[in-house]
Amino acid sequence: MSDTAVKAPPAAPPTPPAKRDRRRLVKALAWIALLVVLLAIPLYLDAAWLKAGQYMMIGGVGAIGLTMLVGQAGQLSLAHAFFLLAGATGYTVLSGPVDDERVFGLGLDPGLSLVGAVVIAALLGLAFAPVSGRLRGIYLGVASLSLVFLGLYFGQSAETLTGGTSTGRSPEPFSLFGFPFTNGGPEIELMGVPIRQAERLWYLFLLLTVLAFVVAKAAVRSRVGRSWRAVRDNEAAASVMGVSVTRAKAGAFAVSSAYAGLAGAMTVLWFDILKPDESEFGTYGINISIAFLAMVIIGGLGSVPGALVGALIVNGLPQVLSLYSADLGWFSGTGDGALTPILVSSFVYGAAIILVVLFEPGGLAAIGRRITSARKPHLPEEQDK
Amino acid sequence: MNTFLQLVVNGLGKGAVFALLALGFVIIFKATEVVNFAHGSLVLFGGYLVVVTRESLGWAGASLVGIVSAGLLALLLERFLLSRSRHADANSLALLTIGVDVIITEEIVRRLGVTLPFLGDAWDARPFQIGGITLFRTHLVALLVAAVLITAFTVAFKYSNWGVAMRAQAENREAAALMGIRSSRVTATAWVVAGVLAGVAVLFIATQDFSGAGLSRGTHSIALAAFPAAILGGLDSTAGAVVGGLVVGLVEALSAQYVSFDFSKSAVFLVMLVVLVVRPSGLFGTRESTRV
Repeated sequence: MSDTAVKAPPAAPPTPPAKRDRRRLVKALAWIALLVVLLAIPLYLDAAWLKAGQYMMIGGVGAIGLTMLVGQAGQLSLAHAFFLLAGATGYTVLSGPVDDERVFGLGLDPGLSLVGAVVIAALLGLAFAPVSGRLRGIYLGVASLSLVFLGLYFGQSAETLTGGTSTGRSPEPFSLFGFPFTNGGPEIELMGVPIRQAERLWYLFLLLTVLAFVVAKAAVRSRVGRSWRAVRDNEAAASVMGVSVTRAKAGAFAVSSAYAGLAGAMTVLWFDILKPDESEFGTYGINISIAFLAMVIIGGLGSVPGALVGALIVNGLPQVLSLYSADLGWFSGTGDGALTPILVSSFVYGAAIILVVLFEPGGLAAIGRRITSARKPHLPEEQDK
Repeated sequence: MNTFLQLVVNGLGKGAVFALLALGFVIIFKATEVVNFAHGSLVLFGGYLVVVTRESLGWAGASLVGIVSAGLLALLLERFLLSRSRHADANSLALLTIGVDVIITEEIVRRLGVTLPFLGDAWDARPFQIGGITLFRTHLVALLVAAVLITAFTVAFKYSNWGVAMRAQAENREAAALMGIRSSRVTATAWVVAGVLAGVAVLFIATQDFSGAGLSRGTHSIALAAFPAAILGGLDSTAGAVVGGLVVGLVEALSAQYVSFDFSKSAVFLVMLVVLVVRPSGLFGTRESTRV
């Protein structure tokens, strides 16, 4: 998918440095403006909308991880849901109470547990290296699918860790240096708006998403990212140029798993319960792997901002639709053959995948790039990001 | 010992169905290098039409309709979506089929709602005994049908004009086109054949004996288990698809008995992983080599 997905635009005439600087400034200002809006949102929207936004951010973090793996390093993976489960379980177990006789916990600080969950997911991704390093393309995609099934079995059988499929277990609420991200703790008010659980989690998730974004951008821009793209484009050529192919592949898989692990820990905080799936279609099932793949395809393989937009569509649509439907009385039907928000958004993202592959292999990122470059010539260093 | 024999027979019966599905993947892959992630939705579609037409046409007529329409849907997908995007590479097209799969599957599952009909009327849940072994008619008929279809396919593949064209195209697309082989026709027939095989397979999958469940989302995920079958046999080997299918059937039946039912789904994938680590392009697949 590498060759068509991220095609370099034709060489643009060199831009004079002054103009380039101004464009960078405009771009930076746009990002800052977006950040300010995101920071202000909890002051204006109520908890339900914040909850929806948090779900989009979970998707965003996971999708950034996957877009680096699939788009930048050229490794197809359907295992994302497995690493989500790994992160979710990791956080819950590490932070869980020690004295619970039903489930196992280590009683660590939640902040530390979050980091631990990310590390666990990364290590699991690294452990998959013997397989991921040897396989390519579709073979790797299906091989990685097996992790989802292993995760399903793990969730069903390791009840002391996961809480089992019937009841699940509750995660420890998040807190950072003693500050709880719940309704408890110190009363805070910002411009007359009480900052409670929904608002606090919004800011936490926003922080994590921004962090994920910045790190990903840096990785893509750095030596590491270049080695990923070299491996993606031609393994033989990359190794001739001194890139360790196995290391680059294993690294990409580990980084992407770490992102999925973080998204998993966020998922468990969002649902406020860790509940492994009963079938392969659930919170950590094949459909989730496919949803993440949809995000990165729609966004444009390899594009970090594109992944965020993809997450906005795929994870956001069902949330927003169900919120609207409550107001407008849509989707009132239940039971047999009812159109649910989740169903409608499945249709939308299924169609979006088809349209993107047919008409714009670069995804929304390419469309965005074209819109901006209609006004101004393209900067060479923006390619492949 | 009897349990073991029984399991082997059951496993082979299931394996025959997986082989039909895996063969579908392989045929499409050979002709176009596209992995068809929408195969599960073809299975569901065929099954759904059986359900819809059964009242008026009877079981046999409905089954025929189901099989034909699964083939037709495959043809439509190929004509209207995949052949339109020749500039896209095979991997992007595989992703496209994921989009197709999501839409068709969701719609059919929605239409089915809570009714989960069984399809294999003619043979479903009628076991009989031979020498202390209980045989399920579903498994026997499946074995028989699969044997006939796979033999027919193999013969056609070897001796018919279509088979020659297909093999030529699998060998080298451009050269085949230059020799006057109509690549679009080969591709289209490959999809039709795969769709028909999927339509046949669903008649066995949505039965009491095979899955214990009627036509549902679960049917789709059983079709997904044919993925490891195709991959561990080697995506471009028709013989591999058959072997892979049987291996998957056996592994599932044996691990469900000797380990646990929950484990059997992952066992199939584990076996595939082991095979892939040893032989990255499957048991019978063509090895990729890189020239520097």
